[in-house]
Amino acid sequence: MSSDASDLAAARDGLADLTAAFRDPATGELRQETMIINMGPQHPSTHGVLRLLLELDGETVITCKPVIGYLHTGIEKNTEYRTWVQGVTYVTRADYLSPFFNELGYCLGVERLLGIEAPPRAQVIRVLVCELNRVASHLVWLATAGLELGAVSVMLYGFREREIILDLFEAITGLRMNHAYIRPGGVVMDLPEEGPEKLRDLLRVLPGRIDDYETLLDDNPIWRERNEGVGVLTAEQALALGVTGPILRAAGVAADLRKDIPYAGYETYDFEVPVRAEADSYARYRVRIEEMRQSLRIVEQAFARLDDTPGPVMIGDPKVGWPPTLSIGPDGIGNDPAYLRHIMEESMEALIHHFKAVTQGVAVPPGEVYSAVESPRGELGFHIVSTGEHRPYRVKIRDPSFVNVQALPAMIEGYLVADSIAANASLDPVMGGVDR
Amino acid sequence: MNPAELAERLRGRFADVVVARDEVTAVIERDALLDELAWCRDEPGVELGFLSSLSATHWPDAEPAFWIDYELRSITRMHRLRIKVGLAAEDPHVPSVTGMFPTANWHERETFDFFGIVFDGHPELTRILLPDDWVGHPLRKDEPLGGVPTWFHGATVPPIDERGMA
Repeated sequence: MSSDASDLAAARDGLADLTAAFRDPATGELRQETMIINMGPQHPSTHGVLRLLLELDGETVITCKPVIGYLHTGIEKNTEYRTWVQGVTYVTRADYLSPFFNELGYCLGVERLLGIEAPPRAQVIRVLVCELNRVASHLVWLATAGLELGAVSVMLYGFREREIILDLFEAITGLRMNHAYIRPGGVVMDLPEEGPEKLRDLLRVLPGRIDDYETLLDDNPIWRERNEGVGVLTAEQALALGVTGPILRAAGVAADLRKDIPYAGYETYDFEVPVRAEADSYARYRVRIEEMRQSLRIVEQAFARLDDTPGPVMIGDPKVGWPPTLSIGPDGIGNDPAYLRHIMEESMEALIHHFKAVTQGVAVPPGEVYSAVESPRGELGFHIVSTGEHRPYRVKIRDPSFVNVQALPAMIEGYLVADSIAANASLDPVMGGVDR
Repeated sequence: MNPAELAERLRGRFADVVVARDEVTAVIERDALLDELAWCRDEPGVELGFLSSLSATHWPDAEPAFWIDYELRSITRMHRLRIKVGLAAEDPHVPSVTGMFPTANWHERETFDFFGIVFDGHPELTRILLPDDWVGHPLRKDEPLGGVPTWFHGATVPPIDERGMA
C-alpha cells in the first residue's frame, strides 16, 4: 500500500461509515441491492392482464419474467366440443383485435381439410376485411403506445379513426368485433348495400390521417427520445425466439407470409413489405405506419375488383354453407326472416335439412393441416386435426402474441423501467391471443 | 421448394415422409429428434431454421398415445415441414429442443401444461397458462369435462350432460 493510500485510510477512520448499512457484514463488500417488483397483471400499460416480474437495480431492469395465463379461456378445448362452423365463433375471440385473421386462418385450414376453395368473390372480400382489420389493429397499437408514452392526442386520433373502420365492420357483419363472418367455404353474406359508399368514405379519409400521425410523431423529440434505441431485438434474436410480424421486419428481415407463402390470392395484389434495419421501437413504429398505407393499397385494389367479381360468396354445397340465408339484424347476423318463414311454414324438407346442418354440420375428412396467415402481429397458425367427425379433434392456435411476449426479457433487460413500457408497447401483445 | 421437391429431398434422410394436402410430414423416432432437427436446420437447401409451432395430440385408445408435432418454416426457402414424434402413454418423455430453438420454451411449457408431456432438459418446465396448483392436464381426451370439484366451498360442477336437470 502506498503512503498516500494509507494516509487516506487513516483520515477516513475518524469519520462515521455512512455506507455501513449497505455492506455485507461478513465480507465488508457493498451489497448490490436489487428489488423485485410486480408490474401488472392490473396495470394500464401492459395491454391487458400481462404480469411482468421485474428485478430492478435502481431504475435498471436486471431480469424480467413475463407471467401469463390470466385470460385463459380454453378456446382450444372448447372447439373440440363444437361443430366445425361453431369453431369460428371461438377462434375469433382469441386475438380480439384481429378477429378476421383468426377466422381466416381457421377457415383456410378447414377448407384445406375439406378439399374446397372459397369462391372468388369471397376471397376478395376476405382480403378486403382482413386488410382493414390490419389497419384497425395497428391504429389500436398506435393509440395505446402513444398513450403509454404520454402522447394522449395520438390515442384520441387512433381510436377515432379505428371507429370509422369498426362502423364499416358493423355494417358488413353486424358486429364491431368477434364477427364470425368468414366461415368454411366463404363468407356468410355479401357486402351490404351501403358498404361501397362507406368504404369510399373511409378510403378518402384514412390516408390523410396516417400522414397526420407521421407529422405529429416522426420528428417529435419526445417520441424519438423514448423510442429510438429502445427495446432492440436483432434479427438473430427474433428468429431464434420465433418472433414474427412488424418486429421481425423492423429488424431487417422481410418475412411476410402474404408474400412468402401466399394464401387467399395475395399473390395477385400489388403491395410492398416495409422493412427497417434499426430493430428498435422507433423502427417498429415506422414499419407499422407504412404497413397501414400498404394495407390501404390492397383494400383499394380489392375494392376495385368487387365489381368485376360477381357471384356467390359461399360455395354451393349446402352441407358446408351453413346457415343458408342470413341477414343483419340489430343484434348481429341472424337467420333471414324470409328463410325462417320458409323452413317453419312452407317446407318440411328444408326444416329437416336446416336441423341437420345446424346440429351436426359438415363432417370433415380425417387428416391434419397447419394453416398460417400473416396477422397484424405476425404468423398466426392453426394446426387442425380431424378424425372425420363433425367436430375438430384438435385445434392448436399458434398465436403470434404468445410467441412474441416470450422475447420481452431480451428487449427489456438492461434498459430502464420507463423503457420497458416503450418496449412492451412496441411489441403490441394482445393478451386474448397470448392466453387463448 | 414446393412440397413434392422437399419430400423428395427428405426421403434420402427420413424413412417416413408423407405429402398430403400440399403439406410435408416426416415421422421420426424420439431418439433421433435432436439430430434430425439440427440436420433440417443446417442442411443447405432445406434450411428449416424457424420453429413456428409445437404442440401435441392425445389418442388415448391408440399406440402411440401422444403425437408431438413440430411445425418448421424456412424463412429463406419459403417452405414448411411438419415433424412428428410418437410417444407411449406410460412414457410421455421427449427431449427438449429449447437449446436449438429458444422459441420452443413456452410452447413446451404449454404442451406440458395441457398434455403432461415431459420435455427432458427444459430449463423451467412449469405450468404456463393454468394456475400452478392446477391438477390434471385438460387437453388430454380422457380428462373429465365437468364432474370435477371446484375450488370453492367443496362444490362440484356437474357433468355436462347433467346440467340443468335438477
